[in-house]
Amino acid sequence: MTDSKYFTTTKKGEIFELKAELNSDKKEKKKEAVKKVIASMTVGKDVSALFPDVVNCMQTDNLELKKLVYLYLMNYAKSQPDMAIMAVNTFVKDCEDPNPLIRALAVRTMGCIRVDKITEYLCEPLRKCLKDEDPYVRKTAAVCVAKLHDINAQLVEDQGFLDTLKDLISDSNPMVVANAVAALSEIAESHPNSNLLDLNPQTINKLLTALNECTEWGQIFILDCLANYMPRDDRESQSICERVTPRLSHANSAVVLSAVKVLMKFMEMLPKDLDYYGTLLKKLAPPLVTLLSAEPELQYVALRNINLIVQKRPEILKHEMKVFFVKYNDPIYVKLEKLDIMIRLASQANIAQVLAELKEYATEVDVDFVRKAVRAIGRCAIKVEQSAERCVSTLLDLIQTKVNYVVQEAIVVIKDIFRKYPNKYESVIATLCENLDSLDEPEARAAMIWIVGEYAERIDNADELLESFLEGFHDESTQVQLQLLTAIVKLFLKKPTETQELVQQVLSLATQDSDNPDLRDRGYIYWRLLSTDPVAAKEVVLAEKPLISEETDLIEPTLLEELICHIGTLASVYHKPPSAFVEGSRGVQHKRIPARAGSGESAESSDVGQSGPSEAPPAVIPSQGDLLGDLLNLDLAPPTATVPSVQPSMQMGAMDLLGGGLDSLMGAGLGVAPAAMPTALGIAPAVGGGLGDLFDLGGGVGMPTGSYVAPKTVWLPAMKAKGLEISGTFARRGGIIQMDLTLTNKAMSVMTDFAIQFNRNSFGLAPAGPLQVLTPLSPNQTIDVSLPLSTSGPVMKMEPLNNLQVAVKNNIDVFYFSCQYPLSLIFVEDGKMERQVFLATWKDIPNDNEAQFQIKDIHLNSDAASNKLQGSNIFTIAKRTVEGQDMLYQSVKLTNGIWVLAEMRIQTGNPNYTVNENQETWRML
Amino acid sequence: MIGGLFIYNHKGEVLISRVYRDDIGRNAVDAFRVNVIHARQQVRSPVTNIARTSFFHVKRSNIWLAAVTKQNVNAAMVFEFLYKMCDVMTAYFGKISEENIKNNFVLIYELLDEILDFGYPQNSETGALKTFITQQGIKGQHQTKEEQSQITSQVTGQIGWRREGIKYRRNELFLDVLESVNLLMSPQGQVLSAHVSGRVVMKSYLSGMPECKFGMNDKIVIDKQGKGGTTDEPGKSGKQSIAIDDCTFHQCVRLSKFDSERSISFIPPDGEYELMRYRTTKDIILPFRVIPLVREVGRTKLEVKVVIKSNFKPSLLAQKIEVRIPTPLNTSGVQVICMKGKAKYKASENAIVWKIKRMAGMKESQISAEIELLPTNDKKKWARPPISMNFEVPFAPSGLKVRYLKVFESKLNYSDHDVIKWVRYIGRSGIYETRC
Repeated sequence: MTDSKYFTTTKKGEIFELKAELNSDKKEKKKEAVKKVIASMTVGKDVSALFPDVVNCMQTDNLELKKLVYLYLMNYAKSQPDMAIMAVNTFVKDCEDPNPLIRALAVRTMGCIRVDKITEYLCEPLRKCLKDEDPYVRKTAAVCVAKLHDINAQLVEDQGFLDTLKDLISDSNPMVVANAVAALSEIAESHPNSNLLDLNPQTINKLLTALNECTEWGQIFILDCLANYMPRDDRESQSICERVTPRLSHANSAVVLSAVKVLMKFMEMLPKDLDYYGTLLKKLAPPLVTLLSAEPELQYVALRNINLIVQKRPEILKHEMKVFFVKYNDPIYVKLEKLDIMIRLASQANIAQVLAELKEYATEVDVDFVRKAVRAIGRCAIKVEQSAERCVSTLLDLIQTKVNYVVQEAIVVIKDIFRKYPNKYESVIATLCENLDSLDEPEARAAMIWIVGEYAERIDNADELLESFLEGFHDESTQVQLQLLTAIVKLFLKKPTETQELVQQVLSLATQDSDNPDLRDRGYIYWRLLSTDPVAAKEVVLAEKPLISEETDLIEPTLLEELICHIGTLASVYHKPPSAFVEGSRGVQHKRIPARAGSGESAESSDVGQSGPSEAPPAVIPSQGDLLGDLLNLDLAPPTATVPSVQPSMQMGAMDLLGGGLDSLMGAGLGVAPAAMPTALGIAPAVGGGLGDLFDLGGGVGMPTGSYVAPKTVWLPAMKAKGLEISGTFARRGGIIQMDLTLTNKAMSVMTDFAIQFNRNSFGLAPAGPLQVLTPLSPNQTIDVSLPLSTSGPVMKMEPLNNLQVAVKNNIDVFYFSCQYPLSLIFVEDGKMERQVFLATWKDIPNDNEAQFQIKDIHLNSDAASNKLQGSNIFTIAKRTVEGQDMLYQSVKLTNGIWVLAEMRIQTGNPNYTVNENQETWRML
Repeated sequence: MIGGLFIYNHKGEVLISRVYRDDIGRNAVDAFRVNVIHARQQVRSPVTNIARTSFFHVKRSNIWLAAVTKQNVNAAMVFEFLYKMCDVMTAYFGKISEENIKNNFVLIYELLDEILDFGYPQNSETGALKTFITQQGIKGQHQTKEEQSQITSQVTGQIGWRREGIKYRRNELFLDVLESVNLLMSPQGQVLSAHVSGRVVMKSYLSGMPECKFGMNDKIVIDKQGKGGTTDEPGKSGKQSIAIDDCTFHQCVRLSKFDSERSISFIPPDGEYELMRYRTTKDIILPFRVIPLVREVGRTKLEVKVVIKSNFKPSLLAQKIEVRIPTPLNTSGVQVICMKGKAKYKASENAIVWKIKRMAGMKESQISAEIELLPTNDKKKWARPPISMNFEVPFAPSGLKVRYLKVFESKLNYSDHDVIKWVRYIGRSGIYETRC
């Protein structure tokens, strides 16, 4: 039987012919035709025109033909939803078939057809199949629930499928359990807060039992699910570990890695002095090494993970250096990863071997690999002090090979070695200087220039060398230019007599002929330093440099913790948190390692993890008077955290709020978004990043004067409120604060009797009137309501400050949700302060109440910025220009009478790198 | 989970395309072709991220298999699945080639529908699959109810790899201990790294649902029993038990039992399968020692002398011996003299290949060659790749010995003694290299 012929027909009128064949009476001919259709579909031809004809072939007792038609349906049903309905009957019938294979096939295919009308019909058959007597049908139905959830989450919930799915965890058949676990895990991922996968000791026990019995894939699903469990104490943790360790001997590498993940995570809870802890550590090494004899692709995955494991627990593999030696025939991706791990494992005990290997690698063919090997030698020198000398001599040997990129790479690392061990290896400088001409990469040139400048007093012809670089000054990259400038200044300070001309030349090149502000600034600073106080200049420029640290490329600890929780997955391959490469809500949940019982060692790290967005902010109820103090405290938060968007989970509460909230505002991508600006000014210096974003968006010309209104977001999802969905936003219109709500009835029954109430909040927001929903809300109906708000309500400090807890009542129940309003909401229109008052107030404010932050990458001039800010009641009081910088003085008044004063500095010449500096102060007036 | 699976030929034309998730569109098919298959550069990673979509690929001869996803999937699982997919296809229609894939595309779609549901791998044991997915149409409609439920219970059951009711007139089993010995040696003869990776492959033709127990000279087991394996012939391997660094088992083996008692018990699949894999690094018998001597005579000539010594019992014979001596790229001519076997300079492979059919233990042989070089102004030095060796020896370089394989089948009337058992040891060279 050769089916390849189906791939070849490409003549015209093919569709027409196929149509005829599909409607043929002969079964064989029909089947042939469907095969041709599938072949065309595979190569990307559009055969959707044949939809009705293909669907007609569905009613058949030939299972092969049926499967082909199903395949076609899955592909095209979405584009032909109306016709797809024709298939429903057959599906429903097949779900009743006496043959379990056919029942399963029908329910499996039906779940893949993403047409609303069909999914409605799917519910009943699916319910039956979930309780089918045959395990094969049940395991297929379990996955189908996940499919249906992907199409219509609400439906799955309403129909109670989630509970049935939970019941399947106790099924007698291990494969059904595994698939149910997989489906539940996936559904739970899109509901981070739901307690869907209610993992308790009983279910864990069931899972561990199924683990011993199910297929290799099922074991992976179960282990990955187990990894999300938090054992209650170290004893439970140990007992789970004991039952998971046998999996380390499984032939399937994914089972092994998932088991390693569970162990690495739960181990954290075991007391270190426990015997079992040591045993477990020893048990982990052999399976990890065995992974390296798998196929290269798996080796790569394993190596990326080992890289993480070695950083987290170096003791596991410290004696296994040899297995990471590179083999000549390893694929390049395996080689590069092995090299990385070799350096991490390098220690005094094995450094001789490592160096011998690295030297070998430096003569290989692949340029990237050779470079990395050379760099690795430098890193060894920095990491293992005793080996530094040997490393330097190895590097010198390599320089002698005169292979261009080897020489350059070696010079770059030798510079680092000088930084780590100053005044030790300067004897090699002569050799380095010989290779000056061959350096063509900026990094290497810059490194060489740095060396010459740093050791100018020992290099007789340092001035000549530097002068030779100066000739092509303008063609050099910035890195080299900056380095050259500094080096020549160093040289001048060391040998002032001979080099005066040179230094003048470089200063004028840097300050007058260059458009690069960094270079110009540095040039001016040097110039002024040299002309005003040469002694000070010497102290500044020739100051002793801090030694560079040992390991520069370690993964940041909180990220490492998170990645350990993702062992085996893509996140561990990319070394990035899932949120960095997964769209939507999936995988955004931050995972964390449990804390060790009875020792404070890891408590700190888990604290950091705890403030992840998935957890509700704690309710703090301070007295009203504390509000001011708290605001001030916020101000004094360390100004270092200026980029909240990088790792929102690690910020403290307030930053979290602003980071998250602002980002979503910015994300709206509307032309103007000034409303977010005052939020930043008013609250915490930490939001500088967000503010920057805001300006970015403001590229548009027409500046509306009104305040920016964020698009509505869903505050109360229907699933949490028995079918009532509320989305909304806040706006300030003509001095009145309004809450714009959209109510949607997604339930089956009519909703009436709406009412709304707010909890006490930071700025006393309260509804100024009742919620105007006069007509009953019938199913699938949506209504927009605008609720005016006053600020005269009771005050209580919220965490975060702009959090608002709302209760909405209807005839069904009372529902609670919380939302956050932009702070600009409470900036009043009369916030413009008199100039004199401003000046006086400014001076009066104690320094303690000041804070600074920077906003980067804003393409606006000062006027535009000021206009934009005025739109949300941030008023510019005065403006002056000092040395090419515009200074804006601004004031804001909050509804509760607090004034905020700000000074904003904008550098005009350089829109890409505008630095703003804000000083803000608080006073109760 | 896996969002889609594509199979391409070497030109990047799609042979199979199956999409499981809504977030994967047709453009993903093209993205992989453009960015990976048609990329000029050598493949730098088996995982590629293109526009927030991750592609996992493996290559079999000139066929590309790519799994696609937009989620944070279990990467190890995806690769394991791709390998499994290759195994299943090979079991169904032999070599994975463009022609075979085109000829069997309907079958492949059917398999993909069965073993991957919504991107979640399902039972992929060929033994089970072959009971209901066949190339000759589907048995489906002609099966009795019992047959159907037997299929489904096997596919989902605890022993998914074996069906009930297997009968053989002669109960027979074959055990192959296949080892590959890996070595990296410095020019001075120092062992930089050496390990054996071994596999125990079993062919079982046994009736019913036999319970098997496998025993070998595992140091931990022997030490526990307190007797030093007196059955071993002294001198054959020189030691009674071996230290196994790590081992992994086919899914039929009860891992918890191995973990607690270190006993290997299982109900085997029918036919051929890999029972276990293991790795040892201690006391390895290195069957050959290679002693290289390379001398550069001026800029245009190299003199190479290589001695190989066999290091095992004189009564045993090594076979298929091949020594590969790399030569520089600018080689213009080579003269070789060898004592034994045949040696040839292969310009296309940049190597002198020296082949010896058979060689007994404790012998020694030598080759010497003069390599003429073209003068070049290439500054880069010749990388001097290591000298590699291939061979096959009739013993296990790790020293592993099978002590027993007991078969129990309580329901049928045959006992352990009635089963005919065969054991064979083959040691092959893995990556067996000596730097020069």
